[in-house]
Amino acid sequence: MSDKHPRKHSAGQHAKPVGASPAAEETAAAVALDTAGGAMEPSAVPATAQSGKLPGGSETLARRIFTGSGMVSVLAVLLALIIGGLLIASTDERVGATSTYLFARPSDFLSAVWTAATGSYVALFQGAIFNPLASSVGVQFAPLMETLTIATPLITAGLGVALAFRAGLFNIGAQGQIIMAGILAAWVGFALHLPVGLHLLLVLVAGIVGGALWGGLVGLLKARTGAHEVILTIMFNYVALYFLGYLLNTPAFQRPGESNPISPILDPTAVYPQILGSQYRLHLGFILAIAATVLVWWLLNRSTVGFEFRAVGANPKAAQTAGINVSRSTILVMAIAGALAGMSGVAQVAGTEKVLTDGVAATYGFDAITVALLGRSTPWGTFAAGLLFGAFRAGAVQMQIQTGTPIDIVLVVQSLIVLFIAAPPLVRAVFGLNPRRRKPAKAGRSQKAATTGGAA
Amino acid sequence: MSATATSPLPGKRGPGTAQATDQSVAVSAKPVTWKTPVMLALLALVAFVFFGLMGPNQTAEFGISTGGDFFQLPAVEVPAFLGGIVLSVILLGLAAYAVFLKTKGQAAPAWLPITFTVLFVTAFLIWVVGGARTPSISLAGLIAGSVTLAVPLVFGSLSGVLCERVGVVNIAIEGQLLGGAFTAAMVATMTRNPFLGLLAAAVAGAVVSMVLAVFSIKYLVNQIIVGVVLNVLVSGLTGFLFSTVMQANKAQFNSPVGLDNIEIPVLSGIPIIGPILFKQTLVGYLMYVAVIVVWLGLFKTKWGLRVRAVGEHPQAADTLGINVNATRFWNVTIGGAIAGIGGSFFTLVAIDSFTKEISGGRGFIALAALIFGRWNPIGAFFAALLFGFADNLQSIVTIIGTPVPSQFMAMLPYLVTVLAVAGLVGRSRPPAASGIPYVKG
Amino acid sequence: MVRVLKLELRGITKRFGSLLANDHIDVVVEPGQIHCLLGENGAGKSTLMNVLYGLYEPTEGEILIDDKPVSFRGPGDAMAAGIGMVHQHFMLVPVFTVAENVALGAESTKTGGFLNLDDTRRKIKEISDRYGFDVDPDALVEDLPVGVQQRVEIIKALVRDARVLILDEPTAVLTPQDTDELLDIMRQLKSSGTSIVFISHKLREVKAVSDTITVIRRGKVVGSADPAASTAELASMMVGRAVSLTLDKAPAKPRERTFQVKDLTVIAPSGQHVVDGISFDIARGEILALAGVQGNGQTELTEAILGLQERVHGSIMLDGEELLGRSVKDVLNSGVGFVPEDRSVDGLIGTFSIAENLILDRYDQPPFAKGISMSPAKVLENAKTRIGEFDVRTQSGSLAAGTLSGGNQQKVVMARELSRPLRLFIASQPTRGVDVGSIEFLHKRIVAERDHGTPVLIVSTELDEVMELADRIAVVYKGKLVGIVPAGTGRDVLGLMMAGISPEDAAPTDTSHADKLPAENGHPGTDTPETPRTSTASAEGGDHV
Repeated sequence: MSDKHPRKHSAGQHAKPVGASPAAEETAAAVALDTAGGAMEPSAVPATAQSGKLPGGSETLARRIFTGSGMVSVLAVLLALIIGGLLIASTDERVGATSTYLFARPSDFLSAVWTAATGSYVALFQGAIFNPLASSVGVQFAPLMETLTIATPLITAGLGVALAFRAGLFNIGAQGQIIMAGILAAWVGFALHLPVGLHLLLVLVAGIVGGALWGGLVGLLKARTGAHEVILTIMFNYVALYFLGYLLNTPAFQRPGESNPISPILDPTAVYPQILGSQYRLHLGFILAIAATVLVWWLLNRSTVGFEFRAVGANPKAAQTAGINVSRSTILVMAIAGALAGMSGVAQVAGTEKVLTDGVAATYGFDAITVALLGRSTPWGTFAAGLLFGAFRAGAVQMQIQTGTPIDIVLVVQSLIVLFIAAPPLVRAVFGLNPRRRKPAKAGRSQKAATTGGAA
Repeated sequence: MSATATSPLPGKRGPGTAQATDQSVAVSAKPVTWKTPVMLALLALVAFVFFGLMGPNQTAEFGISTGGDFFQLPAVEVPAFLGGIVLSVILLGLAAYAVFLKTKGQAAPAWLPITFTVLFVTAFLIWVVGGARTPSISLAGLIAGSVTLAVPLVFGSLSGVLCERVGVVNIAIEGQLLGGAFTAAMVATMTRNPFLGLLAAAVAGAVVSMVLAVFSIKYLVNQIIVGVVLNVLVSGLTGFLFSTVMQANKAQFNSPVGLDNIEIPVLSGIPIIGPILFKQTLVGYLMYVAVIVVWLGLFKTKWGLRVRAVGEHPQAADTLGINVNATRFWNVTIGGAIAGIGGSFFTLVAIDSFTKEISGGRGFIALAALIFGRWNPIGAFFAALLFGFADNLQSIVTIIGTPVPSQFMAMLPYLVTVLAVAGLVGRSRPPAASGIPYVKG
Repeated sequence: MVRVLKLELRGITKRFGSLLANDHIDVVVEPGQIHCLLGENGAGKSTLMNVLYGLYEPTEGEILIDDKPVSFRGPGDAMAAGIGMVHQHFMLVPVFTVAENVALGAESTKTGGFLNLDDTRRKIKEISDRYGFDVDPDALVEDLPVGVQQRVEIIKALVRDARVLILDEPTAVLTPQDTDELLDIMRQLKSSGTSIVFISHKLREVKAVSDTITVIRRGKVVGSADPAASTAELASMMVGRAVSLTLDKAPAKPRERTFQVKDLTVIAPSGQHVVDGISFDIARGEILALAGVQGNGQTELTEAILGLQERVHGSIMLDGEELLGRSVKDVLNSGVGFVPEDRSVDGLIGTFSIAENLILDRYDQPPFAKGISMSPAKVLENAKTRIGEFDVRTQSGSLAAGTLSGGNQQKVVMARELSRPLRLFIASQPTRGVDVGSIEFLHKRIVAERDHGTPVLIVSTELDEVMELADRIAVVYKGKLVGIVPAGTGRDVLGLMMAGISPEDAAPTDTSHADKLPAENGHPGTDTPETPRTSTASAEGGDHV
């Protein structure tokens, strides 16, 4: 997350004299030190700190790759996978067996560790991207299609979380927003019977409205009462969950003749078409997720609305002084975030599942947070992170079948990735990439404090 | 247009008096808002309409004594309709008083919302029981059960109090509870000793907290992010180990020796109070001890003064030679240990083995309790009791058959918290530096 | 009883990365002296003191106490060595009582680590009695006036037995009267054996109280000065060149009065009337300066004009239109330029690019936006123009605004607000924390806007700035208007007015020449109270640099 504080880089460049005398520059910097200090806190959400355009020219490509965020992201994923592999190995029976004669024949032990870890990951890959053992090309790529299917709700909900992050808001509530969207969309889907096209459109609209209302309500409460959105969204998740549980036990939602909490199947007119034929579950929702990504990118970087969101996220007081209506922005951004999460709910009930159950949201709402964080709250980053985590999810099923490694390992790897990505110095230290900085660590910290005004 | 013709001059004040009152404009007086009175009025109205006017016509019976009591008291019988009317009228009166105070520019005194809450809950209870198929419950059992269910919540919220008071937001309570539950089960099984299990749970909670502390203090990662991610990590880790290790060999790893109830003779026979105060497991007694120790520690000791200073104004603490980040680190760690002990409740007291997600979101209710309790250990304790009560009521109403769906009862803690953060609690304000990493300079 | 310390800083160098904040600084504080460190904002004084106080580790150099080298790993070490510090921004926990704040870090305890606040109360009382402070140990700090808070800070240091007391810009938040009292306290402390390091850029105070003056410029010691040296001499040492102490400013040519504020009252959430029935007007081509100690309603007044305050009564008319009750956006669009007092909080978004900051209040208007679609090219193009026009020192408009120095940040804010046709220009603390070069530039731009025919409202707590820019001066105290006096009014009169004394009572009895503008304070005969000052003003005018 080295572009978390763009000022840090640019301050370094800034100190190099361009036209002004070195002394003047130095004074300028000193002034910044004495006056800006303490006034600007680091923004609440690291990801919001990226402004639209960053200086590109002066840093060499190589330097950026090796010290920049891209490399850290790759290394973070690698590190998380290694730790996950070790965890898998540590519970493997053969590893346990060989460890008893570890000192006699360490090679046995090491090869057992290697086999256990790689075996699981190979299965994961086969379940997520490409299965060479399958009979036909179409089936060989079935895992990839499954990955895209699972990635669909992750991407849209992740975009919702990311968008809110950029406006300085922690939307922990994607889970609840997915549920509310799922409820409305599913009801329209099975209770109303409408013509082809119109029905699906209405399902989509209902879901989006459901998510937008549930998210917007949080925005409204925050704007009106100052309540913290983290608390509100967490609480709303549970309210939505219990509300869903209640509905699924009422005649209006429960499938006739069924004692389990499950709704009727949605009408054929109300579900997303499968875009690559009936052999894959991949549905129209994925195309809509791509469209949503483009839309969010445009919204954030090219629209006045996005400018307002980013301004409110980076410095609400300055935004207000510049005439931006902060309350309106808060409500609007939470509503849009909810609408995006709502698309995930629609993708679930109208795409993947075709019914409403109490597990409609699975853990997509919480995964969406890690997706947004991994994607650094940029639209395309979130898209890519959604694909990655989608692959983990899809592959994990295959992994469990083939090697018996529980799906939970994905949660571990996923959360480790996010932790590592959030702490680039840790990752660089693990891979020995910042020997220069190690020694004057203290000075480095102070410098950051100075240049970011981070006296907090 | 002349300037001062309309604006009275401040008069001929000497420099002395002027200086004494100078700057009072800048002083941040505590605002008196309409939020609390309006919220109270709305709730009172709800009580009046539902519990009063639309109240059931049966007589609600509340058992006071249980069979094992020292002496027996008769059950209390309340005509539900009348009780609802009386109580909701009192509630309306309290709300009116709050409104009256507001019109005079005063905030409602602390006892008002507390009394209001107690009466509201009572009215609610009468309404629920009065409308049930069998309008009778054991009050003693209800309260004892509430306390039991509140145990992990209390520990969790104390963890949150310790962390937030020192300036670190702890969203990872859920993870700490879960980690504690898992470790307690495993260690208590392997050693056949519940006390070692309890200790191990504290260590596990502390380890989760240390990760939170390292990432948020050393690497300045946003505390909410770390907390959220830690919950996922612990959930994944315990789930993984449960599937790979525990399930394969339940006898060896997942059949912990539980903690027994320790009954204090005679005292435990007192109706209602006896079971909740003198018939608890070690974890239950530890809960009371922890609440008192944390409260005393925070507000009466040198350690507490420093902790609160770090949470309110870390720079000020730093300039007085207090090591801000070390204070934060150790406080967060202690908090984790406390939550870990709370987690052991699930596997050493409530259920005799670990299952996936055994904490079931109670970490978030604990978070809610600490906010509802205004970042105060005692407040958090009572808030946790209230939420434990709601939790317990939820299972009881299903048994006695009330018209209220159990899901709505389950929603209650969350809705109450929303109301709380939206203003019912009024003047609550979190420690000023909570959530903000401290960087020297 | 008195242990006197000799304190020496030898070759102190402090780097922050490539930035050299202190460059081989040598200072010797003799026992029992008031030693002043004089230097303009950003010269490196505070950094140096933070090194001395153990908050920063010096990159090079050493600290000697009584000729023995010491090393401080934290403020705790510094305090143990007898050094106390009163920071520019008070280091008090607002929700703690005075006693708790004083006890913090040096707690008296009973057995078991329980606090013994009675002991602390006793110490506070002792010190209060000795120096005549009137401080209630059980009052909450957030309820105390700033002047009293400062005394709590001093008590904090004295309770810890400080032999050397560092006062960092202690007068910045005080009225002239409070300042005088503080200077008295400093003399008293000195006579009881405490050495004082007094950090300031205000020449008059420095001259009044110092025994020795060390002048710091751009992180280096440029020399010592005698307190008896002339103000102009000290000023030029501090700035590094001869300073033009007065602004070249043509007399105002006020035209029609297009901006009128009438009976303006702002009610804070606490119910307090923070602005209380203020009325004034400003003519086109005139600068009205609002003077007063920080926190007397100035902020709320300007925010009320902009539409940022919730509960406002009265009337604010601009060109015959009522501004009250309109949204901020509406007010800005009707031609009001606004420079907020705290640019890094209210004026700029540090993480946004300079270009984006330059359109912060016009991002949704052509040519930058069509509908809701923005044009980044137009935004950058605008940035190029403004950066050139306002001489913002930066490599590129796409750099984050937070990378700029205070002066350049202020230029960005000013450039944004002055780059559109205005009907009213409001600037709060236009040069706070800004280097001298930028101050001159910014002042010239403000005067240029006036000469362009815009009514200008300047809010400043720096009396010197007020006296330099104003065509008329309005003084506020506790939310009320004390009076409006002509530009030439003397410093002492303004000082008294800032403490709430009406202009008639504040003015010396002599009458002197009338200024170009008649006084507008509505009191009969007040067009005369004015002190002859032309001769002294130029010398004193350099104070604020």
